[in-house]
Amino acid sequence: MLSTVQNPRFLLRQCRHFPPKRRRFHSSTPLFLSQPQTLASTDPPSSPPQSQILTIRDNLINRRTTAVELAQLSLNRLRLTEPQINSFISVSETVLREAEEIDAKIARNEELGPLAGVFVGVKDNICTADMPSTGGSRILENYRPPFDATAVKRVKDCGGIVVGKTNLDEFGMGSTTEGSAFQVTANPWDVSRVPGGSSGGSAAAVSARQCVVSLGSDTGGSVRQPASFCGVVGLKPTYGRVSRFGLMAYASSLDVIGCFGSSVADTGILLHAIAGYDGLDSTSSKHEVPNYTSQFMSISSLESKPLKGLRVGLIRETLDDGVDKAVVSSIVGAASHLEELGCTVTEVSLPSFSLGLPAYYILASSESSSNLSRYDGVRYGSQVGADRLNSLYGDSRAKGFGPEVKMRILTGTYALSAGYYDAYYKRAQQVRTLVQKSFKAALNENDILISPAAPSPAYSIGEKKNDPLAMYAGDIMTVNVNLAGLPALVLPCGFVEGGPAGLPVGLQMIGAAFDEEKLLKVGHIFEQMLKGYKFIPPLLADGIASLGIGFIKSCESIF
Amino acid sequence: MASILFRGVQARPFLLYPSALFGRKSGVLYCTIKGTQTHTAAPENKQPQLKVSPQTKAKVLDKISQDYEAIIGIETHVQLSTLTKAFCSCPYNYGSQPNTCICPICMGLPGTLPVLNSKVIEFAVKVGLALNSKLSLNSKFDRKQYFYPDLPKGYQISQFDIPIASGGYVDLDLPVEFGGGHRRFGITRVHMEEDAGKLLHSGNGSYSQEITFSLYSVDLNRAGVPLLEIVSEPDMRSGIEASEYAAELQRLVRYLGVSNGNMQEGSLRCDVNVSVRPIGQLEFGTKVEIKNLNSFSAMNRAIDFEISRQVSLHSQGQSDQIVQETRLWEEGGQKTVTMRKKEGLSDYRYFPEPDLPEVILTEDYVGSIRSSLPELPELKRRRYEKMGLSMQDVLFLANDVNVAGFFDATIGKGADVKLAANWIMGDIAAYMKNEKLSINEIKLTPQELAELIASIKGGTISGKIGKEILFELIAKGGTVKGLIEEKDLVQASYFTLFTYCYFKCIYIEQNLY
Repeated sequence: MLSTVQNPRFLLRQCRHFPPKRRRFHSSTPLFLSQPQTLASTDPPSSPPQSQILTIRDNLINRRTTAVELAQLSLNRLRLTEPQINSFISVSETVLREAEEIDAKIARNEELGPLAGVFVGVKDNICTADMPSTGGSRILENYRPPFDATAVKRVKDCGGIVVGKTNLDEFGMGSTTEGSAFQVTANPWDVSRVPGGSSGGSAAAVSARQCVVSLGSDTGGSVRQPASFCGVVGLKPTYGRVSRFGLMAYASSLDVIGCFGSSVADTGILLHAIAGYDGLDSTSSKHEVPNYTSQFMSISSLESKPLKGLRVGLIRETLDDGVDKAVVSSIVGAASHLEELGCTVTEVSLPSFSLGLPAYYILASSESSSNLSRYDGVRYGSQVGADRLNSLYGDSRAKGFGPEVKMRILTGTYALSAGYYDAYYKRAQQVRTLVQKSFKAALNENDILISPAAPSPAYSIGEKKNDPLAMYAGDIMTVNVNLAGLPALVLPCGFVEGGPAGLPVGLQMIGAAFDEEKLLKVGHIFEQMLKGYKFIPPLLADGIASLGIGFIKSCESIF
Repeated sequence: MASILFRGVQARPFLLYPSALFGRKSGVLYCTIKGTQTHTAAPENKQPQLKVSPQTKAKVLDKISQDYEAIIGIETHVQLSTLTKAFCSCPYNYGSQPNTCICPICMGLPGTLPVLNSKVIEFAVKVGLALNSKLSLNSKFDRKQYFYPDLPKGYQISQFDIPIASGGYVDLDLPVEFGGGHRRFGITRVHMEEDAGKLLHSGNGSYSQEITFSLYSVDLNRAGVPLLEIVSEPDMRSGIEASEYAAELQRLVRYLGVSNGNMQEGSLRCDVNVSVRPIGQLEFGTKVEIKNLNSFSAMNRAIDFEISRQVSLHSQGQSDQIVQETRLWEEGGQKTVTMRKKEGLSDYRYFPEPDLPEVILTEDYVGSIRSSLPELPELKRRRYEKMGLSMQDVLFLANDVNVAGFFDATIGKGADVKLAANWIMGDIAAYMKNEKLSINEIKLTPQELAELIASIKGGTISGKIGKEILFELIAKGGTVKGLIEEKDLVQASYFTLFTYCYFKCIYIEQNLY
């Protein structure tokens, strides 16, 4: 299985198999192509990413390997890659014991959960009872919640092994993971670049195969943008699809727990494990959970035009001037790939699209200014000694929070203040209604909408650190989806120049509320029919080589 | 004591692992803060001195106060007696050990979310209907934001612009000894919210002093307990009107069974706003808020004190000394003292609570609750009045829902209305008072009281014997008939006595011959 260790440069060439010809868009206005691609590929196709979860399950059930062996393997890889990637804030100490339990179950011929033996990374703003949960903040350094978040509980109930807590921008506020109080995570595709954020740790961990799947949270794109940057699949479910209980609130009306995987199938299997109503979250939906795992058919069973009749809308506003030209090319290529699969791709316009970003920052900051009030140092978390009550609050929060968090708290406090409420918060809510309406209209005409997941590929660490507005602008592709509460899937669709092996570009597919099933189906077919796409970052290829032949062999049987 | 965890601010901050505490049912969590109250103002050194000697003061005030009018509005917090708290499944029992009725949700731990207890809505609707208010079929919760150690989340879940009920009124009758009379006071709004915890301060910390370092502990047992805030229109004009308004609310919530209405336990808390203006003036004077009113009589006295304080300041041309502030009623000194001065309007930055869905009431739901409402105090009083009872009797009987129920049941068994009222208000009430029992705890049943009244009225027993039996019935129970037979207490009539003697005589005679 050479593809595992093949040179990503090779992939870079392979991805250019999209025909350069004019798209067959059904829009009256022709799509403007800023940089027509002139690439024709003669590279042999390589196999598309397979579900690691299903492979692990198959290997465990057929006793080709044991959960402990797998766990040791994964831990070794984690140890090997972690010094460069820094995706984990804490790593579980009970991994091997949990693996032993799974082996014992197998020995007793007991039924295995759908995630048995699967290494799951959990973003550190999602509570776990057996590990610290810091939210990436000093103010919760070493804080240990007394309970598991509902999503974590469900993962564990399905047999998943939580391998550790992944790095993030403090409380999810940021788009680079540089905002963590503890460490900066590197992008496995180019360690001098950011993995995106705020779920950068979760995305990088899956990308570097430190874990099989991971949980992130998405308030304004925090799952989708890092998925794009790290070349993995990221799913932001419909608001209310997954319980938020145990997720440290950033902006309650926008927050949703999302999934990362190296394939669409893995992402869907993880979603299936965590989705559904939860009595502990009044905003979780009682909408029925379909079987998200049923549509992952093998490539051989697919027809030549498996997506025939699917109406796809390409959001015109997402290909505007501010978007990296190479990214636009990749998305246009993806659109033509969808057409080849039988879809009808048309351009759609969301007139309120550009309003989403400022509205999002008002609403998210306002809610965060309230949600973060509880971090006062009185009951838990870091506390700064003080004689006066006001100093206790002021000093604890001044020392505990990082600059980005403080900025958003201040922004939100201002927006909610008497006399400003109507001009900011209320107006932003009105924009939100507009955004929801325009999505609804677009999704009446189309089955799914597509856009880039981010206006650029991963940028360098430090590049936007002192330019928050530039960083905020990077969320333009994703925030509208949160305002509308819709599900969106991001999956790798192309490469652009940059880094040692090129940088991945993610395609965002947006569906109607609670239509994750369709997104996963389309995403799976898109991915499986995308010949020559096996996104393994260069770092991992080196890592596996240094582990020796034996390791590669055991990997081959699994990954 | 291993189960007590002290957390000193000045000590090195150490980690609190709440999980360890939840494992121990008896575990006590003290979060202590060494600090001072920040909501304090400068010490009361500028308290204006009245230039009138105490002897003449009352007389003068009486005269002056005729030229002034007091405006009183009351905010009442009613603690709802739901089995569990408003947003989590913790039970709340008054007087529990500190921090034993808490969970991650009411502690406001990161990641926790509120889930509304539907009983809170039911109770709020009941109260709204009972206060003749207009219910909002679509209302919502909002966050009221401020920092205080007893507020775990840094915000209180409350209702801001759309309360569950608004408008309305409450009818009441003033006690006869205070001149009597019927009153109707307007209700502005009723809204749902959660209670905060308690700051227990040991040492010499006091609310009214700025720089006092003392050791505070936070008890979060009460955090998250459901409250209804009932805001009145500024319709009251005197202490007695205000305290009777509060008493009527207490009756109402007890009749409805939504709260125990106990002022000492803080289940019914009244914050009173008092202002004074010269009669004829249209705009209100500066209002002063009075807190710490633990009984109706304290309320009455505190308000009357505050009115006379303000009136005398007015009359001395020192009305600028009346500032918007919160004053505390000091039971010991029988006076109000400054607790904190309002420094501008606090901005609570209300916004809709995103963690909770809107509160939507259907007409059917409201209808079913309306039909389940018991007879309310006002209706009861009017009914008793029509029965021919005096206002004093009416007020006594309708005051306590259980007494009223007992009375209703007794007359339901056919007892004479006036006699039943007299027995209940007389000997039965005296017994309950002496033994500190409620009417539900005595052994006497309405059935037997009716029987007793009938027996006396029918002449089977005398009133004196009736009283004897009554105490037996109250203390030990049993039936009137059973007791009469057991004690052979049938009142001897002349006829029975005569026949008895007659036959006895014949018998004797027969024996003689």
